Amino acid sequence: MAAVQREPINYNAWPDEDGHFGPYGGKFVPETLMPALDELEEAYLAARNDREFMAELAYLQRTYVGRPTPVTYAARLTEYLGGAQIYLKREDLAHTGAHKINNALGQALLMKRKMGKTRIVAETGAGQHGVATATSAALLGIECVVYMGTVDMARQEPNVFRMRLLGTEVRGVESGSKTLKDAINEAIRDWVTNVNTTHYLLGSALGPHPYPAMVRDFQSIIGQEALVQMGESDDGPGRLPDAIVACVGGGSNAIGIFHPFLAYEDVRLIGVEAGGRGIEGGEHAARFADPEMGRLGVLQGTKSFVLQDSDGQIALTHSISAGLDYASVGPEHAWLRDQGRTEYTYCTDEQAMAGFRLLCDLEGIIPALESAHAVGHLIDLAPQMAKDQIILVNLSGRGDKDLGTVMGDWGAV
Amino acid sequence: MTGVERIRAAFAQAGQERRAAFMPYHAMGYPTRAETLEIIAGLAADGADLFEIGIPHSDPLADGPTVQGATYTAITQGTTVADCLTMVRELRDAGVTAPFCAMGYYNPIFRYGVERFVADAAAAGIDGLIVPDLPPEEAGELEPACRQAGLATIYLLAPTSTEARIRQVVQHATGFIYLVSITGTTGVRTELPPDLADFVQRVRRHTDLPLAVGFGIGARAQAAAVAGIADGVVVGSALVKAGGESVDAALLLGRELIKGVQEARG
Repeated sequence: MAAVQREPINYNAWPDEDGHFGPYGGKFVPETLMPALDELEEAYLAARNDREFMAELAYLQRTYVGRPTPVTYAARLTEYLGGAQIYLKREDLAHTGAHKINNALGQALLMKRKMGKTRIVAETGAGQHGVATATSAALLGIECVVYMGTVDMARQEPNVFRMRLLGTEVRGVESGSKTLKDAINEAIRDWVTNVNTTHYLLGSALGPHPYPAMVRDFQSIIGQEALVQMGESDDGPGRLPDAIVACVGGGSNAIGIFHPFLAYEDVRLIGVEAGGRGIEGGEHAARFADPEMGRLGVLQGTKSFVLQDSDGQIALTHSISAGLDYASVGPEHAWLRDQGRTEYTYCTDEQAMAGFRLLCDLEGIIPALESAHAVGHLIDLAPQMAKDQIILVNLSGRGDKDLGTVMGDWGAV
Repeated sequence: MTGVERIRAAFAQAGQERRAAFMPYHAMGYPTRAETLEIIAGLAADGADLFEIGIPHSDPLADGPTVQGATYTAITQGTTVADCLTMVRELRDAGVTAPFCAMGYYNPIFRYGVERFVADAAAAGIDGLIVPDLPPEEAGELEPACRQAGLATIYLLAPTSTEARIRQVVQHATGFIYLVSITGTTGVRTELPPDLADFVQRVRRHTDLPLAVGFGIGARAQAAAVAGIADGVVVGSALVKAGGESVDAALLLGRELIKGVQEARG
């Protein structure tokens, strides 16, 4: 029987010109914002082809963010799990402690150089995107307001203080579940009101077109560096990994490391969602893992998988990690999943905490609770793979911000 | 008559009386189901020309605090999309004939099933749809369903809309066009923008459809001012807030607003 040959997909051709990844994506926003989205797309496409702009961004990535971030061989974790060789892409070592700076700096520079606007609004869940945005705004001298759910402000208190130190106004959001989704609603409301002067610096590969593609592009530096570091650098294994693992909230760190590897079809690309207290009770943020609640829908400007009730109201999510605690997922992830190019699994709060502890104990690295979900999945994955196989984990952020949560959880660990 | 025709007739009737049409918004299920029915029936009896029937959503990103709070209350009291249609049917059975435009975000409609929603809405007595997070680009499923059922697809335009955008949107619109008075979310403002009349004129050059202005209008004088420059006046948050106090408060404000609209008789 002959194998079915399919045409290789040109992943760079997506999204289409209206911002769709297959049936996902698009622009579901109030009319007031439609011109701003067109303007943003135009500015971004111009910047992408502007050698001077790209050179300035690359310069700041090198001299300010500290890129490239290294790839670290996790020798003791590899030995402990007894399977595949584990490498870590160290986004935790980027300035501000997470991958979020890649996109925040890119968009802030875009606004400063290419758009006639003077003010930034952003949302934040874990506070990492808020800190990255506040940092970029301070660097470039831009007025900045960050919206954050009050539940998240309580569990990520150090990042609230950090943003304020950086000159950003942090506005607490009391509506809904008081977490990331509600912060995005308020940021969009601010943007609708002040659209003539204000750029919305969205922090994940979410929202209306052109955000999912633009944020992916700014984050793809992670995968571009990793390609070289794994395949060619003397410090790496000298070949591409067999699997790449990344946590998926909105999905920006995952799409950033996945995207440059999409054409290398032998590399498995695995996204890890937040399983919270388990799928069955509904207290999670695993959009792909729960066929009952996770349905095709529209939330905050984009069509994708959305956790919702049978009446189309958006479900309240739960994760120990504020950055993964979101009811929808970036549209490109949904599309890549349909193509069979990426796969998704989940880690519960408990498994993520186990991953968190392992990385602290064995590697001397305190990961963000978001990234700990990717590490948690290794506990299952690595032992199933042969010792000459290689896994690359995107360690998307560091865990200083989570110490309060972890200390609270200590007794349960 | 189709929904589109009933909406056009309501604007035509107001036009014959040389005044703008008055269109109150109500958040269905707020503060309770019974009060919702009393408020809408009362406003209709007092002379409201059309209604916006607010279908609650958990994440109303075009709405300010008043409507957010009201729709949140409605949802927590268990108001579903199907309940909203049932209330519409009850209002029709009670003799309310003014056109009803359902105002709801896309996800609840999408989850209900677009075709099924349009069919059920038309059967219940809805005449048109306003979906604030669904620009014409994304309405490829909704528009044909509405055409088939005779429902109007009512689009919004905003002060930020460019000439090209206005030309594009008016081609898709039926019934009337909803002009957002301000860049912002719903909710009462003390002042409306000075260039509102220019905005209405800018759209007027591209279409003969009735132009209704909403967002920010809450007082009699504002209603009069807007009635002087547009074909319709939409009032939401102010009435919702009054309705939260009592049915009488909502109806009292409604009568004030109707007087405002009539004062601008051209």
